[in-house]
Amino acid sequence: MDRDRSRRQILQAAALAGCGALLRLSIRPAAATPEMMKDAVRAVIGEAPVKKGKVKLDLPPLVENGNSVPCTVSVESPMTAADHVKAIHIFNEKNPQPNVIGVKLGPRAGRASFSTRIRLADSQTVTAIAELSDGSFWSDDIDVIVTLAACVEEPKP
Amino acid sequence: MARALVHVPATAKKGDVIEIKTLISHIMETGYRIGITGTPIPRDIIDDFVCTYNGEEVFRAKLYPAIAANPFISFFTVATESGTLAFSWTDQHGATQVQTAAITVE
Repeated sequence: MDRDRSRRQILQAAALAGCGALLRLSIRPAAATPEMMKDAVRAVIGEAPVKKGKVKLDLPPLVENGNSVPCTVSVESPMTAADHVKAIHIFNEKNPQPNVIGVKLGPRAGRASFSTRIRLADSQTVTAIAELSDGSFWSDDIDVIVTLAACVEEPKP
Repeated sequence: MARALVHVPATAKKGDVIEIKTLISHIMETGYRIGITGTPIPRDIIDDFVCTYNGEEVFRAKLYPAIAANPFISFFTVATESGTLAFSWTDQHGATQVQTAAITVE
């Protein structure tokens, strides 16, 4: 009996220690917050109002590996000299830094769309904001679930 | 700096919207990872990408550490005239790599 109990206690203690280690690992040293994202957005676009629509941000809703997430942004626009998309920015909430990419376009682009691959440190909301030639801003956001986070993995020795 | 790949259609009709794909081999070290010695690995990223079409800028991107290693960027442009597309990547230390591609517009 005694031996049984002690083994159980040891196992419980080991399980607790394991949980503790996991908790400690899940605390990230430098993560941005949604407030930091808002500040970053304001730093880039100023005080202009941002409307929902026109922009389509395409990201897989469930991401297995946050180190490389395919990402496409497209904006509805005729892309003429009079009416075109000037810039597209992507922001995130929980990476160490809220900015992801900032792109400058013009009527020579023909189509207001681009693709890249991004890093995501956690399950979070990703936002794309487009600046049009008439000075208006349009946005789209998408919630993604990340199972393997980027930025925190140990480098290969 | 590194090996770069660009894909541009060899020929296009005047006025066509063509897709351009670019990839450069680069570690894009974020500066947030801790190395095996316990100290942070210094940041090393490409932060600027520009595409010019016969000298005229058609696309520019400012990259942040949230761009995955080996940055891949694809975008569109209008085939206006035969000539050269030049792609240049600049890293945070100021080193620039330029890759060019020729296009024939009919």
